[in-house]
Amino acid sequence: MAILIDETTRVIVQGISGRIGQFHSADMIRHGTNLVGGVTPGKGGETVLERPVFNTVREAVRETGAEASLVFVPPGFAADAIMEAADAGIRTAVCVTDGIPAQDMMKVKRFLRRYPSDRRMRLIGPNCAGIISPGKGFMGIMPPHIYMPGKVGIVGRSGTLGYEAASQMKALGIGVSTSVGIGGDPINGSSFRDILALFEADPETEAVMMIGEIGGPQEAQAATFVKEHMTKPVVAYVAGLSAPKGRKMGHAGAIISAFGESAQEKVVILEAAGITVAPNPSALGQTMAEVLARRAAA
Amino acid sequence: MDIHEYQAKEILGRLGVPIPQGGLAYSPEQAAFHAREIGGDAWVVKAQIHSGGRGKAGGVALCRSEHEVREAAAGMFGKTLVTAQTGPQGKCVYRVYVEAATDIAQEMYLGFVLDRESERIMIVGSAEGGMSIEELAAEKPEALVRMIVDPAVGLAEFQSREFAFDLGLAPGQVAKMCTVLRACYRAYRDLDATMVEINPLVITGPGDLVALDAKMSFDTNALFRRPAVAELRDRSQEDPRESTAQDAGLNYVGLDGDIGCMINGAGLAMATMDMIKLAGGAPANFLDVGGGASPERIVRAFRTVLGDGNVSVMLVNIFAGINRCDWVAEGVVKAYREVDIKMPVVVRLAGTNVEEGQKILQASGLPIITADTLADAAQKAVAARQAA
Repeated sequence: MAILIDETTRVIVQGISGRIGQFHSADMIRHGTNLVGGVTPGKGGETVLERPVFNTVREAVRETGAEASLVFVPPGFAADAIMEAADAGIRTAVCVTDGIPAQDMMKVKRFLRRYPSDRRMRLIGPNCAGIISPGKGFMGIMPPHIYMPGKVGIVGRSGTLGYEAASQMKALGIGVSTSVGIGGDPINGSSFRDILALFEADPETEAVMMIGEIGGPQEAQAATFVKEHMTKPVVAYVAGLSAPKGRKMGHAGAIISAFGESAQEKVVILEAAGITVAPNPSALGQTMAEVLARRAAA
Repeated sequence: MDIHEYQAKEILGRLGVPIPQGGLAYSPEQAAFHAREIGGDAWVVKAQIHSGGRGKAGGVALCRSEHEVREAAAGMFGKTLVTAQTGPQGKCVYRVYVEAATDIAQEMYLGFVLDRESERIMIVGSAEGGMSIEELAAEKPEALVRMIVDPAVGLAEFQSREFAFDLGLAPGQVAKMCTVLRACYRAYRDLDATMVEINPLVITGPGDLVALDAKMSFDTNALFRRPAVAELRDRSQEDPRESTAQDAGLNYVGLDGDIGCMINGAGLAMATMDMIKLAGGAPANFLDVGGGASPERIVRAFRTVLGDGNVSVMLVNIFAGINRCDWVAEGVVKAYREVDIKMPVVVRLAGTNVEEGQKILQASGLPIITADTLADAAQKAVAARQAA
């Protein structure tokens, strides 16, 4: 069934009444997403795109049975919106918002742990492009037409570099089961390891493309997970080979601050775990094609 | 966002960290006046720039008379200091800080940082200070004491005590250390800092703890709720290219190469820079134009990139999702009309409305070099530079 979202997933949008929220909600509906409503405090009772708007997430969940929420809320209020979703019983939240203070995210992570694991919400992002299961549905801001349905999972920090991977694969006839943007912030809801575990368990995914970047420990953690737990092949790329140490490269998390955080060091760690690392960002599709061919031949 | 040593000391001092008596000066005369006011017979004059490693670059002077203080300050004002952290262009000194010299028995290191592994606040300390934390971590990892603090609970008193004892402090100094830790923690948490560093934190001859240097950085995402911190910004310490870009709402980092880059998305921007390097070129900058970029925004981005005199070719790489290729193309055409562009421009468009975008570029009749893929774009940019 792909992971995290398919055509049956009941989705709401927090911040549906805003210009951006409406624009992307319309696109999501057009591409088959089962969008059942939205939340904007103070606008309860109105309708947007023929969907009901509620004042609170709890009300939306009660009335629509929503399981997933896309958070389009400005940075100063986004952490609060995520916690509201978690408390209302949402299973998966995707937060696109860029610019949430790091200490707010510490609070969010701590808040999510208050719930027992079977009721705990999975957070994707923030500062990400979202998630898409091509042909089934999506939550986020990506251009759905560049994705072809198929059997390769994509997980990456960067939105546009994820598009690059999907389109290079499409050009070679390789489709995507689900693509997940985990976001470029130093503290994010789901790590590479979390998403790799979902892909490993998904019968419709045969291989995974993992797109990392400089900064942070998550690529190294993923390498350990792949070595110890994954049977499916993983192709990786790490952006930022040319990034100077100590300078922040756009993403709040993309800064080399410790040993093992440069692109070169990460490549060594990933390769040591048996992961095939694409030699450059324009060989993402080709490298995946070779890995799939090798696997088919074996 | 970084602030100066004297500003960090003011913040930490207010919260209870012992700091030497000192004063900020904008002229050699002011520096000498502060020395007289502080009294004693030895002072330290310190250049205020946003960088560590000032001592080796001539930014710290120990003085024995008011005359020496004046001379030292006069030598620093207007001087550009190049340290291990500033890059080759260095940073200019507009302010100096004068403080009473301290009788040092031992130097220690103390730092508060965001730990991405635990997603909490980490306190790092070492009984050996003076060196940078990177040097310490590389050369004496066993000498580092680490402690994780969960901001939801706060820094517990027992943690401070344990940390102090682990550093090997004498029982009489442990309480003093706890005060310092509490103050730094409050500064970190209450002001949305991303880093608090006291290096060195010294034990004086009489056994007191004193912060000889202090550094703080803040989460720019949280400045909206920390107006008092936002006011501490000093533009003279920023790369002028980056300051202007930031004011225009662009995410820009200046680099040393000559291929100007305009890309959407931080990851794709880094990947494009990697491709340029592989193709034998060097990027002049990192620039993420962001999502939903209007033609006007593209023109602003052009101006920003071309503001760097080293740029000899321009590379535009847009994979539009939330963006629109037709808007980007309109922006490129508009930039040609409004900005004097004398260099080759390579444009690669993909994603939303790509056909419309390509039509606009073709119809313009401008000498734009178009590229289909990431590799194609990088190779054409490098080739255009060599031809130019």
